[in-house]
Amino acid sequence: MNRLAVTLPGLKLKNPIMPASGCFGFGQHYAEFYDLNRLGAIIVKAATLKPRIGNPTPRVAETTSGMLNAIGLQNPGVTAIMTEKLPWLAEHYPDLPVIANVAGSTESDYVEVCRQISTAVNVHAIELNISCPNVAHGGLEFGTDPQSAYALTKACKAVSQVPVYVKLSPNVTDIRVIARAVEAAGADGFTLINTLVGMQIDLKTRQPLLGNRTGGLSGPAIKPVAVRLINQVHQISQLPIIGMGGVMTAEDTLELMMAGASAVAVGTANFDNPQACPDIINALPSVMDHYHIADLPSLINEMAVTAV
Amino acid sequence: MLQENLTVVSQRQLTADVFELTLQGKMATTDPVAGQFVDVKIPDSSHLLRRPFGIAQVDAAKSQLRLLYRTVGQGTAALSQVTAGTRLDTIGPLGHGFPTDFLQAGQHALIIGGGTGIPPLYALSRQLVAQGVEVTHAIGFGRQQQIFYEQEFRELGAVHYATDDGSYGFHGHIGLLLDAQFADAEFDAVYACGPRGLLMAVNNRYREHPHAYVSLESRMACGVGECYACVVPAQADPTKMYKVCDDGPVFATGEVAI
Repeated sequence: MNRLAVTLPGLKLKNPIMPASGCFGFGQHYAEFYDLNRLGAIIVKAATLKPRIGNPTPRVAETTSGMLNAIGLQNPGVTAIMTEKLPWLAEHYPDLPVIANVAGSTESDYVEVCRQISTAVNVHAIELNISCPNVAHGGLEFGTDPQSAYALTKACKAVSQVPVYVKLSPNVTDIRVIARAVEAAGADGFTLINTLVGMQIDLKTRQPLLGNRTGGLSGPAIKPVAVRLINQVHQISQLPIIGMGGVMTAEDTLELMMAGASAVAVGTANFDNPQACPDIINALPSVMDHYHIADLPSLINEMAVTAV
Repeated sequence: MLQENLTVVSQRQLTADVFELTLQGKMATTDPVAGQFVDVKIPDSSHLLRRPFGIAQVDAAKSQLRLLYRTVGQGTAALSQVTAGTRLDTIGPLGHGFPTDFLQAGQHALIIGGGTGIPPLYALSRQLVAQGVEVTHAIGFGRQQQIFYEQEFRELGAVHYATDDGSYGFHGHIGLLLDAQFADAEFDAVYACGPRGLLMAVNNRYREHPHAYVSLESRMACGVGECYACVVPAQADPTKMYKVCDDGPVFATGEVAI
């Protein structure tokens, strides 16, 4: 028996580890470092209806044990993604489940991208990005208002051929309000957390360092926030959670699963170490032994009962 | 490209804030093209983002490569403290380097550098001299005390220095030096790396030149072409974005909006 296998709506995964959206593109360059078939799944970079050129540079800044980014959802648009990027993954890694991150400026944008991208042969689920902090329209405004989150989720669920996971923002007063709205709208699961809005000032210019002024904070600096918010959502909902936020190690992975996650996405760690995902997967069995975890499904079940 | 723990052979300080780091490993035997870079993990877990450095010199026979860098923040300050024997997690060689295949022995190349833009140009100059190409260098610094690798460049060809304060060589920035001394000169190839002002000047002056190239610097996260942090728009079409790490760092003049 595979101790690492986990099952979520639309996703039968040989292990719980997947690169997080935006930190891995569509995988082509990381495939030069290792066989992507090692991954449980891959969450690909956000798709929007039309191509987006993204934000002005600088787009990234290092912070202590973290980083800020304001890429601005640069992507070639859903048509190019469906004709070039997803087919490349399907050709080279036919058994690798893809989770498509969907973003937009308006509800109709999101709906149209969901309708199209959910028909791709290797897309097993959608991650509805209602929490990008780096775009002027759409993104966070859907993720901070329960009515908008409800309406958007319902509309996307109605057209999607695959399960819809909604990516929640930490930049809210009470994440449970948004989680309840999204669940009521028929979401199949949650992914959380997206980045925390932050700013860094350049002492020489006395101006914000990022071209977008603000950016999303990620990396190990935010892991405790992720653990707490995953746990908060886990306590009020039975829906599965794909957890993310500062995961660097197998220990971090198990911590997020003990908080309530059923699978774990790895983001910023890919920049620190291109082989972060396979390194975590390799380390999981021995770390599970150390903490007396027989297999991941039993850990998930235990957490579902106890809701720590 | 490789991910490898390179071993520090030596580190020495060249100026108040410039260091020369010699590393050993398999990566040096893969014959990186001049202009390619490596992305080095700072040996301190609070620094998540690797630091990209142009490769200054490769000695494949000794499996060694050399980096020259300036300490600009906490990450490079920490790097400047590493000593021989330290292992540095490095990925590379990355990006596309300077095209040189079109040059024949006996042809003449102009290399234009400024400040800490000169390390990849040293690798380029060595490569061109090995090809039998004659090389002339025009190099700018703020002031004389900042100059490093003078003897190394002089061994490869003529070197013209410009300093902002006139403390060494031509008084003024590199664009003025080019105007004063290179206005009528013909070169079979032109290569540049340095601060933005220098690159803009070269980009404008040699826009029509069939073989003129600039190497860009950018803040990066992944370094391998997947995060879209280090983009630069195409000069002809601002909606087309190039990635410095992957499409560059070397671009033909007129290709990107600097």
